[in-house]
Amino acid sequence: MSVLVYTENWDGKFKKSTFELLSYGKKIAQDMGVPMYVLSFGEIANDELEKLKNYGPDKIFKAIEGFDQLDNEVYASAISQAAEKLDATMVIFAQDNVGNAIAGRVAARLKAGMIAAVSALPISYDPFIIKKKIYTNKVFGHIKVNANIKVLSLSKNTFEVIENPSSAEIETIALDLPTAKTKVESTDKVTGKLLLTDAELVVSAGRGLKGTENWGMIEELAQTIGAATACSRPVSDEGWRPHTEHVGQTGKIIAPNLYIAIGISGAIQHVGGISSSKCIVAINKDPDAPIFEVADYGIIGDAFKVVPELIDALK
Amino acid sequence: MNILVCVSNVPDTTTKVKFNGTELEAEGVQWIINPWDELALTRALELKESGAGIDKISIASVGAIGVEPTMRKALAIGADDAFRVDTEPKDSYFTAVQLAEVVKAGNYDLIMTGYESADFNGIAIGAMLAELLGYPSIGAVTAVNIVDGKLQIDREIDGGKEVLSTESPVVVSVQKGIAIDPRIPAMRGIMMARRKPLTVIAAVEADVLTEIVEIELPQAKAAVKMFDAEDAKGLVEALRNEANVI
Ligand SMILES: Cc1cc2nc3c(=O)[nH]c(=O)nc-3n(C[C@H](O)[C@H](O)[C@H](O)COP(=O)(O)OP(=O)(O)OC[C@H]3O[C@@H](n4cnc5c(N)ncnc54)[C@H](O)[C@@H]3O)c2cc1C
Ligand SMILES: Nc1ncnc2c1ncn2[C@@H]1O[C@H](COP(=O)(O)O)[C@@H](O)[C@H]1O
Repeated sequence: MSVLVYTENWDGKFKKSTFELLSYGKKIAQDMGVPMYVLSFGEIANDELEKLKNYGPDKIFKAIEGFDQLDNEVYASAISQAAEKLDATMVIFAQDNVGNAIAGRVAARLKAGMIAAVSALPISYDPFIIKKKIYTNKVFGHIKVNANIKVLSLSKNTFEVIENPSSAEIETIALDLPTAKTKVESTDKVTGKLLLTDAELVVSAGRGLKGTENWGMIEELAQTIGAATACSRPVSDEGWRPHTEHVGQTGKIIAPNLYIAIGISGAIQHVGGISSSKCIVAINKDPDAPIFEVADYGIIGDAFKVVPELIDALK
Repeated sequence: MNILVCVSNVPDTTTKVKFNGTELEAEGVQWIINPWDELALTRALELKESGAGIDKISIASVGAIGVEPTMRKALAIGADDAFRVDTEPKDSYFTAVQLAEVVKAGNYDLIMTGYESADFNGIAIGAMLAELLGYPSIGAVTAVNIVDGKLQIDREIDGGKEVLSTESPVVVSVQKGIAIDPRIPAMRGIMMARRKPLTVIAAVEADVLTEIVEIELPQAKAAVKMFDAEDAKGLVEALRNEANVI
């Protein structure tokens, strides 16, 4: 038996979420008394792979050829083969665009019980029970997995990085790849911008800001503390901000350490996407705005006065 | 080209959910089409209306008879016909197996699912369905277009997007961006929906690999700590030294 962690790299680099994933996998492997293996696909420098050794893998497996673009069927086939070769009874993904697209395929192929978007260690191993948020963040369900193999995906920024240096070897694993049926025709990427889904600090604003021309102070506040920017749904629907910044039930679900909501009323669909944040700050001129019910800290006031003062106080 | 949209019947997100053991108490719950599925259907209709060569839009739901009002709503919005697999959707795998049977019995080029359901939040069924069928799949889909008779699919990647071509049939799991405003059924649509075919199919045997054994309510949140509008400094101080987040 073993725990297999699938790691995704971004242009040859790992992110903090990968280290969270390994830390989580290692804890489970230790609890189960089995080795943790790590799987990496695609072109990546060995010294980047070496970084994974800090988080306790027993072995690192890599496969280079055939993974230059993401075809979910190819990736799922390859990961399933690795899981079989390594006798994995637990396969762990990151809960992100890539993990979400592959985990279900791997689970169906291995006939594994799959639980997506977990944020904590299992409650018990025998029977295997783990909790996850259901009803879009309203309650937790304790989910029992009845299958021998489990597939999990871990939400970002919910499990701490734990250093655990090992002397794992890096090995190439031979896998039989099917022909890809999808083809990437073009890629359009902004680089250098802090991504909302990776951010530990998030500054978000809503319709209270009145128009796209007023986002200067929001960006300045974000820059001052090194935060990513987000928004409520009407703001992205109006085209004031890009869709990628929309958080909530129909946008992104995030769990940063700090979420500052400015001129956001706190509708339930919005709160569903941010309620796992460790600390929520609300700035709103309406004392009855529901956002204050979920906030840890609040200021009742006009954003156009409060935000500049907040920037000053932070500087 | 024929499209199948997988439609899940979920509680309206604004209703407070209450549980009796692990069972959702149905009283007072408003049922809606899962928001993503509604957007998928909206996009399918837009494509059909644009003359892109869509012959038929079908919907499929796995659920007991209680899901039919939601299915009728999807028909009223504009789907042509509907299939209901007559069983509770017991878990993601079980539900995907049922949907795979519906797909096999038809002739679809594009199968659309939402990225996640608003009740179980499984983030699983689209990918599972594709695997069970041996079809390609694309996740995090933000646009579906038909260019020169071929599907062109946009997906979100970290910090950007990719445009893909694909063999069909294909399963796409759609998210934000796929369509802007969901359609609201018009009177005429509601009348027509009554006469559109809704076929009930018996469930097939399938394993149930996961089950909810307990519902845990989130811990009550401590009361919010307020600062005066003039006291931005006080807030910064608390964030630095109390919450330790900056
Ligand atoms: C199916 C469905 C899904 C949805 N999904 C989402 C989702 O994913 N994400 C999402 O965000 N919404 C979602 N919504 C919409 C949601 O219901 C709300 O309409 C939306 O969140 C409101 O956005 P808002 O808070 O920016 O605007 P409003 O509700 O208009 O609130 C504006 C706030 O700004 C305050 N304000 C105004 N001026 C100032 C000022 N000068 N200074 C300080 N405060 C000020 C006001 O007091 C008010 O509280 C969804 C709705 C539905 C039906
Ligand atoms: N009971 C169901 N019947 C039909 N389709 C469903 C059902 N449950 C989920 N789906 C589809 O699968 C998608 C993802 O659901 P999930 O994997 O549960 O998050 C939904 O958006 C629907 O398109």
